[in-house]
Amino acid sequence: MTSPSNFPHRHLLGIAGLQPHEISYLLDEAEHWVAVNRRAAKHDGRLAGLTQINAFFENSTRTLLSFEIAGKRLGADVVNMHAAQSSVKKGETLIDTAITLNAMRSDVIVIRHGSSGAVALIADKVDCPVLNAGDGRHEHPTQALLDALTIRRHKGSIAGLTVAICGDVLHSRVARSNILALTALAAEVRVVGPATLIPDAIEAMGAARFTDMDEGISGADVVMMLRLQNERMDGAFVPSPREYHALYGLTYERLKRAKPDALVMHPGPMNRGVEIASNVADDVNRSVIAEQVEMGVAVRMACLDVLTRGRRGIAA
Amino acid sequence: MSVGLVLANAVLVDPAGGIRTGSLSVAKDRIAAKAPDGAETIDAKGAHLAPGIVDLGVFSVDKAACIAGGITRVALMPDLSPPLDDPGLVQRSALAAKPDLWVHPLAAATRRLEGRELAEYALMVRAGARAVATGRNQIADSGVMLRVLAYAASQGLTVIAHAEDEGLVRNAVATAGETASRLGLASGPARAEAMAIARDLALVEETGAAIHFRQVTTARGLALIRVAKAQGLRVTCGITPAHLLLSDIAVTDFRTFARLSPPLRSEDDRQACLEAVADGTIDVLCSAHDPRGPEAKRLPFADAEPGMAGAETLLALGLGLVRDGLIDLPRLMAMLSANPARIIGVEGGSLGEGAAADLMLFDPDAPWIIDGSRFAGQAGNTPFDMLPTQGRVLKTIKGGRPLG
Repeated sequence: MTSPSNFPHRHLLGIAGLQPHEISYLLDEAEHWVAVNRRAAKHDGRLAGLTQINAFFENSTRTLLSFEIAGKRLGADVVNMHAAQSSVKKGETLIDTAITLNAMRSDVIVIRHGSSGAVALIADKVDCPVLNAGDGRHEHPTQALLDALTIRRHKGSIAGLTVAICGDVLHSRVARSNILALTALAAEVRVVGPATLIPDAIEAMGAARFTDMDEGISGADVVMMLRLQNERMDGAFVPSPREYHALYGLTYERLKRAKPDALVMHPGPMNRGVEIASNVADDVNRSVIAEQVEMGVAVRMACLDVLTRGRRGIAA
Repeated sequence: MSVGLVLANAVLVDPAGGIRTGSLSVAKDRIAAKAPDGAETIDAKGAHLAPGIVDLGVFSVDKAACIAGGITRVALMPDLSPPLDDPGLVQRSALAAKPDLWVHPLAAATRRLEGRELAEYALMVRAGARAVATGRNQIADSGVMLRVLAYAASQGLTVIAHAEDEGLVRNAVATAGETASRLGLASGPARAEAMAIARDLALVEETGAAIHFRQVTTARGLALIRVAKAQGLRVTCGITPAHLLLSDIAVTDFRTFARLSPPLRSEDDRQACLEAVADGTIDVLCSAHDPRGPEAKRLPFADAEPGMAGAETLLALGLGLVRDGLIDLPRLMAMLSANPARIIGVEGGSLGEGAAADLMLFDPDAPWIIDGSRFAGQAGNTPFDMLPTQGRVLKTIKGGRPLG
C-alpha cells in the first residue's frame, strides 16, 4: 500500500498546514454526507465500535451538537465532556486531562478550548486523531470548511470570489481559519471592521484591511459577518452596540454595495440588531445562515471519517 | 579557605582590555602578585581564564546552574514570593547560596511590587541589597516612578527598570505582528518599550538618578538610550542572548519555552539589538535566568509563565557574538562581569591584583548541544533546546576556591 494519501495528516488542528487540494478533498467528501443527511435514513455505521470524545473546555451549544450528531450518524459511541463538570475545575492540568482521555482509549477526540494552541498541546499527548473545534482566537477549521462548502455549493467555485469578513476579526478564530482556507482556494479576502478589532499584520495572511464597511463590502460575492461578544461592546473596543450597528451593522441599505447575488453568512450565534439586522438574517434569498449549520454536520462527518480511516484499516 | 591557587598556562581575558597567556596567582580569596607557599596549582592547559560572570537580574537562586555557567555573582530580582520588600527577606536571600555564590538582592522599588508605596531602600541596603528594581513590570504610575528615582538617587542607588508600558502590554503574551496575529495571541506593540524608556528617561533628567534598563530589545528603545547616553544621562542597559538570537518566529507552534518577558521581537528589532551590542549602546549581557518547571510551561501559550533558564547557556551564546565578529573577547567579558558589577556597585569583573578571586575557566571552542533536560540547574526551560553551540565552562572559582 504505497498509494499517496488524499489527507496525510493525523489530526485536524487548523487550516494552516493544509494544501489547497487537501481542503478541496474534505469538501468533496462532505458533499457525500450532505446527500446522506437529506435522506430519511441518515445512519451510516462506519464508525461503529469507535469511541468519540467531545472534550469541550469552553461552552458551546451548536458546535458540540453538530459534532455529536455527526459522530452518531456515523455510528460512533459519542461521549461529551463539559469543562463545567470535569476535574479541570479542580485544578487538573490540561496535560493530565489529555493523558486521562488517552487512557480511556478513545478513537477520536474533538476539542474546544479557550486558549490559543491548547488543542495542539493535547494532540501531542494522545494516541488518537484530534479534531480542533476551536482554540482561543487561533483556529476553528471545521467552521472554515463548512463556510467554504456553503460558498462552493452556491457559487460553483471559490477561486476568484471576493469575500468580506466583517466585524471582530481580532478575537475571532472563525476569521483566521476562513482567511487561511479562502485564500488557499484563491478567493480575494477582505477583513472589515473597526481598527480596534483588526489584528496587526493581517495583510501578511493575505487579507486586505478595510475600516469602512461600505467600501469593504463593495462588490463582494460573500459578506461573512462575525459575532461581536457583548463584553467587547462596552467601551473597551467599541463604544456601544448602537454605534457599532451604525458603522458596521449589516442592513439592506448597506448590503446594496455588495453584488446583487451576494451571500450573507454568519457563524452564529447572532446578535440581531448589532452586527446584523434581523430582516437581512432572515431573508431566505440572501442569507445562507441555516444552510451553514446543515453543512456543518456534513463537514464534521467527513472529517471524522477521514481522520479515523487509519484506525479502521482503510487507506485515506 | 584555601591558602592560595596558581592557575597556570591560561589565556587571561581581562575585561579592561587585553588577552595574554600566562598564569594568575591567588592568595586566599584575592588575586595576588604571587601565590603563598603551599598553594595548589591548576594547569589550565591553554584554557581561557576570565572574571566570573556577574548576572544582573535573575529570578531564582539557582546555585548549580550558576556554577555550571561560570556565574559567581547574581543580582536577584525582587519578584520572589513574597517579594523582596523587607530587610529580613533581603538578608535571608543574601545568605542563600553562601559560600558558593554571591547573591546580591535587588530591593523592591515598591511595597509588594504593587507600584504604589516606596519600600524601605535604606534598611534593605543595610541588609545586603545593592540596587532597587521595579520587578517584572513597569511602575505604571509616573508619579510613583518619579519618587522611586528621586529617593533611590538620594541613597546613591541605581534603579533597575523594566521597560514596557504597562497599559500597552497588559494581558499581552507576544509582540504585535504577523506571528501573534496568525497564532491568535494577545499582543502588545513593540513601541511599548520605547514609550516606557522615554518616560523614565524624562524622569531621570528630572531627578538626576541612575537607571539601568535590564532588557532593551527594540530599535526604537535603543535609539533613545543612545541619545540619552550622548546627553550624559546616567543610563545603562542590558539584553539577553535570546533577544539577540531569536525573533518572534520562535513562538510559532506555541513554544512556551520561547515565551519571554519582554516577548521576542521582530527580525528588524533583533538586527538593531545586534548593532547596539556592536556599537556599545548595550552595556550588559544577562541571562534573565528564570527556571520554570513543567507546571508553569506545559500549558497553553497564554497560560504559561514567561521566562527562560539562561544561566547555563549565557557564556556559550555570548561567545557566539565574538565568533561572529560583533565584539571582541574582552568586551564580551566586560558585558558579562565588569559592567554589571559597576552598575550595581559590587566587586567583580577584574583580573587586577587585589581583586576578588571570582573566576571562570572556559574553553571558548568546545562544541556541545544545548539540552535542557541535562541542565544542572532547577529547570531546563531554554528556548535554545537542541541548538549546537560552542564554548563551555570548565571550572568556576569563587573566593579562590574551585567549585564543583
